[in-house]
Amino acid sequence: MSAPAVRDERVAADHPVRRFLVRPELGALIGAVVVFVFFAVLSSTFRSAAGVANWLDPASTLGIMAVAVALLMIGGEFDLSAGVLTGTTGLAVTILATHFGLNVWLAVLLSLVLALAVGLANGYVVTRTKLPSFIVTLGMFLVLQGLNLGVTKLLTGNVLVGGLVGRSGFGSAHLVFASSVVLGGTYFKVSIVWWLVLTVLATLVLLRTRFGNWVFAVGGDAKAARNVGVPATRTTMVLFATTATAAWLVGTMTALRNTSAQADAGVGDELTFIVAAVIGGCLLTGGFGSAVGASLGALIFGMTSVGIVYAGWDADWYKLFLGAMLLLAVFANQFVRRYAERRRRS
Amino acid sequence: MTDDTALLELRDVGKRYGPVIALADVSTAVRAGQVTCVLGDNGAGKSTVISLLSGVHRPDSGEILLDGAPMRFAGPRDALAAGIATVYQDLALVPLMSVWRNFFLGQEPTKRFGPIRRLDVRTARSVARTELRGMGIDLRDVDQPVGTLSGGERQAVAIARAVYFGARVLILDEPTSALGVKQAGTVLRHIAAARDRGLAVVFVTHNPHHAHPVGDRFLVLKRGRSLGDHTKGELSREDLTRLMAGGDELDELATELDRP
Repeated sequence: MSAPAVRDERVAADHPVRRFLVRPELGALIGAVVVFVFFAVLSSTFRSAAGVANWLDPASTLGIMAVAVALLMIGGEFDLSAGVLTGTTGLAVTILATHFGLNVWLAVLLSLVLALAVGLANGYVVTRTKLPSFIVTLGMFLVLQGLNLGVTKLLTGNVLVGGLVGRSGFGSAHLVFASSVVLGGTYFKVSIVWWLVLTVLATLVLLRTRFGNWVFAVGGDAKAARNVGVPATRTTMVLFATTATAAWLVGTMTALRNTSAQADAGVGDELTFIVAAVIGGCLLTGGFGSAVGASLGALIFGMTSVGIVYAGWDADWYKLFLGAMLLLAVFANQFVRRYAERRRRS
Repeated sequence: MTDDTALLELRDVGKRYGPVIALADVSTAVRAGQVTCVLGDNGAGKSTVISLLSGVHRPDSGEILLDGAPMRFAGPRDALAAGIATVYQDLALVPLMSVWRNFFLGQEPTKRFGPIRRLDVRTARSVARTELRGMGIDLRDVDQPVGTLSGGERQAVAIARAVYFGARVLILDEPTSALGVKQAGTVLRHIAAARDRGLAVVFVTHNPHHAHPVGDRFLVLKRGRSLGDHTKGELSREDLTRLMAGGDELDELATELDRP
């Protein structure tokens, strides 16, 4: 009935090392180990428990964003408004709770509604107009930046809104979003727990659900995905809503932690998210990447920003270091992808 | 091996796009376990035939019969639901995704895991491997990206996918055109394998040398009109080549190009 199976005798069995090498997060894993060893050798504070808690903190808030941005990038889109949206959501929580006197939890909820509206607006414009998301979200970035400053000044006459402490619901909200967990006598920020849980969740969704399969397909070849019945528009909308939700979470965490919000918060962070995702193996062209990789990328950022200070260097060197990391990561990804895709000639 | 009523039949079908007559009075039939080849040069109307059979367009005259009954597809989904699967030249495969993920893309099997439905990876992998073996290709690893497969293997993945998801009629749009001689031969074997599984295959091509060995019936088109709808017994490969090239035109060309 069926033709005899033909095995191509020219191809050797796939080497297990090769299978490991083509994993998208490999470059970021090596980078993270190298950066850790580097600073751990230079500074004993860096490798102490308190030091670890210190560099996990910036890594966690960045990591939450990087994971969401990585999902979106695997789905073939960018979100340049994600950074400033963390500012918008933090401002919304603070202004609603202080200027309008709402319960903090209600303010947090309304802030989520606002974030979802922004995310769905991004998704709607991108899927409807087929314009590059780079431009659409750049527009949204500028709109939000202007709104953050304008509305904040208009309502409060200031660019810094404070006074969250003592508002109704602040205590419990602070516990959930901004408290610390004691582990072996060291205080770890609760954001680290959020980050780890969300990384695991994103990985499971990506690799073990239908939706995850659609994300890869829409980013890899949207036309092909559509032709086999993948709801491409819905997938893209959900991804934009996801980055917006992550921005809401991080904005809320930051506002509750500082008990205040600044009108220019989050501006410029959007590129950091993308860099962390790219270091983690995401392709700029979509269809390839990993949530774990993006988290490792964020970890590299966290370790570097804190490690440079511990090593007694001027913090100005931070950006130089990151730029070099990014370039290295892109070269490594390119190499890995070529290796993975190396086509058998026929 | 075949029963007498055609699975799918075109009866005096015509199609116009504005002032252009893309197809006029074309008839042919596709039977289960048989291969009907649609041949023609560029602009002959092959793509129009595909778009009518796959439900993308509707004929302006004549009718399409499915299982002997007149059928009007509202769109490609209707045709798909009726078991008519089309494998286009771009194959609808995502190169960076693994073979098994591509195989089940859009129709992923899931398993309940408490309140969540998770991908049934084990089933997906083993079904993809088994189905591809049934098409005559043995992949070392269904986890490799489709981008690493050869052109013929990609065709096999697309065909095996259509067969697995319940296609009764398989429409193949120029599956051999971008391939080398050996790869094209492999694809012809896949077509034969699908036919042997009892599918009705519509093989659209401009190459009579690929069509003749595998075809049971040949519809030759030229500028939207049928040059004949023949069974294999009525037509040798030379006849088919001559018919396709436009008979006398080819003789004229041969004379013209002949060195003095």
